[in-house]
Amino acid sequence: MTRLLLRRLAQSLLVLLAMSLVIQALMGLMPGDPIDLMIAGDPRLTPDDAARLKDLYGLNRSWGERWLRWLAQAVQGDLGYSRLYGLPVITALTPALGHTLLLMGTALTLSWLVALPLGLLAARFPGGWLDGAAATLALTSVSLPVFWSGLMLSALFAVTLGWLPAGGLGPPDATAADRLRHLILPAATLALAGVGPILRHLRAALLTEAQRPYLRTARAKGCGPWRVLLVHQARNALLPVVTLIGLELGGMLSGALVTETVFAWPGMGRLIYESVMGNDFNLALSGLMLATLTTLAGSILADLLQAGLDPRGRR
Amino acid sequence: MLFALALALAAPAGAAPRSSLVIGLSQFPITLNPLFDSMLAKSYVLGFVQRPLTAYDPAWTLVCLLCETVPTLENGLARIETGADGRPGMALSLTLRAEARWGDGTPVSSEDVLFAWEVGRHPRSGVAAGELFHRITKIEIADSRHFTLHLDRVSFDYARLNELRPLPAHLERARFEPAPEAYRARTAYDREPAAPGLYNGPYRVASVEPGSHIRLIRNEQWSGPPPQFDQILLRVIENGAALEANLLAGDIDMIAGELGLSLPQALALEQRAGARFTVLTQPGLAYEHLELNLSNPILADPQVRRALLVGLDRAAITQALFANRQPVAASLVPPADPAFDPTLRPQPYDPALAARLLDQAGWPRGADGFRANAAGQPLTLDLVTTSGDHVRALLAQVIQAQWRALGIRLRLKTEPPRVLFGETVSHRHFPGVALFSWFSSPESVPRSTLHSTMIPQPSNGWSGQNYAGYTNPTTDALLDQLEAEPDSTRRRPLWARLQRTYAEELPALPLFFRANAFILPKEMTGLRPTGHQDPSSLWVEQWRW
Repeated sequence: MTRLLLRRLAQSLLVLLAMSLVIQALMGLMPGDPIDLMIAGDPRLTPDDAARLKDLYGLNRSWGERWLRWLAQAVQGDLGYSRLYGLPVITALTPALGHTLLLMGTALTLSWLVALPLGLLAARFPGGWLDGAAATLALTSVSLPVFWSGLMLSALFAVTLGWLPAGGLGPPDATAADRLRHLILPAATLALAGVGPILRHLRAALLTEAQRPYLRTARAKGCGPWRVLLVHQARNALLPVVTLIGLELGGMLSGALVTETVFAWPGMGRLIYESVMGNDFNLALSGLMLATLTTLAGSILADLLQAGLDPRGRR
Repeated sequence: MLFALALALAAPAGAAPRSSLVIGLSQFPITLNPLFDSMLAKSYVLGFVQRPLTAYDPAWTLVCLLCETVPTLENGLARIETGADGRPGMALSLTLRAEARWGDGTPVSSEDVLFAWEVGRHPRSGVAAGELFHRITKIEIADSRHFTLHLDRVSFDYARLNELRPLPAHLERARFEPAPEAYRARTAYDREPAAPGLYNGPYRVASVEPGSHIRLIRNEQWSGPPPQFDQILLRVIENGAALEANLLAGDIDMIAGELGLSLPQALALEQRAGARFTVLTQPGLAYEHLELNLSNPILADPQVRRALLVGLDRAAITQALFANRQPVAASLVPPADPAFDPTLRPQPYDPALAARLLDQAGWPRGADGFRANAAGQPLTLDLVTTSGDHVRALLAQVIQAQWRALGIRLRLKTEPPRVLFGETVSHRHFPGVALFSWFSSPESVPRSTLHSTMIPQPSNGWSGQNYAGYTNPTTDALLDQLEAEPDSTRRRPLWARLQRTYAEELPALPLFFRANAFILPKEMTGLRPTGHQDPSSLWVEQWRW
């Protein structure tokens, strides 16, 4: 297990380095920069102003030169300065990271809390009304666009019924209960989108596992259907499903852009998008690297979980 | 289970009490330092907490906010002088209001003006619009309230000192002087935005949550008319539908017109919720137009350009899409601008004339209904505009349909703003037509968009905004004269000639002047949309609810 972990860590470092280069190159190749946009919107800016600002912000340097400068600083723990937020990158990232972890963590937990028991029940009673309801829920979950479901939930619970806030974090002096109220709709929107894939994977894995000879042996030895399902069948069926956790963890930091926009939730998705579109190289690069790091960490975690669940994977 | 939890925790959302106001806006300011980054969101927020020396009021009159009297040649506070280089310049004498104070009680002084000038003219400070700072060659300080600005030229806008915003030298100088190039990253406006001494307006910043909201509270040192609200919360909600939802749910009280809903969205909201909200619209400086690449041989023909214009039913478009709230443009000067020539009318819709002009220009209609020249080349144009703008997308399709009726094929394309303005128009890569807006200032001379020296090309590093490639020595001379003429009476006929030349030559096709839509509670009074770049928040002390 230790060798597996060390090998994965080494691979991850190489991947991170390569990703930083690719991200910087892609951003550098995008046409236009914020100074060009500024000129279009401000008649007072002269060509001399534009040239001066581009030189000051390093926008006239090649992307390669910008990457090398960033790398030299990053290895010393300095992620640079965010031009968009007027703050050190770390200071700009930290609150957004916290908001996203809260939102996505809540949404993921809700997804699993709904999908896990439903998946088990659907596999326990295949072809029954519960299985049908679970399939409908899964289909709805993967079919509904997040922006639509978010707006509909907002229209119903915030605008029409007035039960919940329409978005935002809450007032600056919000209590924990108030923050929770503001979290409900965006988390529910994301959870709804996340239930379907988990539910379908779990159900399929359980039904595939149900055909295995060892389960027939367990039933022949007198195990009840619930014991067969929960103790024997589920453990093996979870193996492929566990990899979803790794992928979801990676998507946590960057995958909520639409929800964050609909509910004005100041998270990492919006931050990364705005920094890319605003040519805030330092912030965009750091945000995307963080997302990459989380994906890699999730993948390693999935491998470790698999190894933990399946003794064959420990070798 | 989730909904049960929601029910257990839910409580009906109500409107904020009238001692506080929650405003929704669609953009978060990059910085709060008044000198960096030209951005409407920043101007709007600063309007609550800071006062510039001068500003245009809602009647488009230049007024003093921090100073006592606008210096003019007529009142003697402005005079023409000979500069140190022997060229004519100007000297402006200003007096700061005695009662003006920063939020920590320190008086706003000439030293603060001097410091702002030093920052603005420093080549490495990061100040965006540096032209005014470089025009000022010297600031002579008589005492803490009286100073004289010496300008390097005689110009029409000598008294426009809107960008010369004093900075609290007692707080910021120590952050600037050791390393001017690092000032952008060290300014207290971004590192300690809640410091009271940064602000001299009716409010000051109490807290900032980046990307989310800014909380403002009363500035106890404000000596002007007291504002009503103890607290103003500025909430950033970028999505228009979400902004509406928050308004209807009562989570925000109003939507800022400068940074809010598009006009069609606001009009639709007015229909649905007009009993609860007032929708105020104000046509402004945003000149929505069709930029023409005059290097395209089709568009180089003035007959074709005129045909394209009179073949567009702009009145019907503004009626159908904008409920007549956006006036049709006759030229590039808006009706509210003092420079506007009221005798110049928009060219009326005349499809018959458009057809005749196209025939005369050598583009007869073929059997398929579309036009082609004698060589068989079809009359086909490309139109590019910004993506993500529903209104522009709709407008482009309407233009396509109206020109199709004339026998013209129009291919539509959209690009993100950073691409459109970053390369497509700025490098003149658009082959035909580009649909976008120009923003200007009251009486702003359109040198960068019309002067022949402002055509972006490789030899000048793609500087300039004359994307059309328009060249006319008469227009160049008019622009030069307008910039150098300080007398408003003598400028008026020059402006009239410029507008007529523009309307005749059509380097661009004028469409509308975009209107901002302010969505306010029915009971709210005192808010006056300005229509220009000085936002309504500069007069927040007049708002009542």
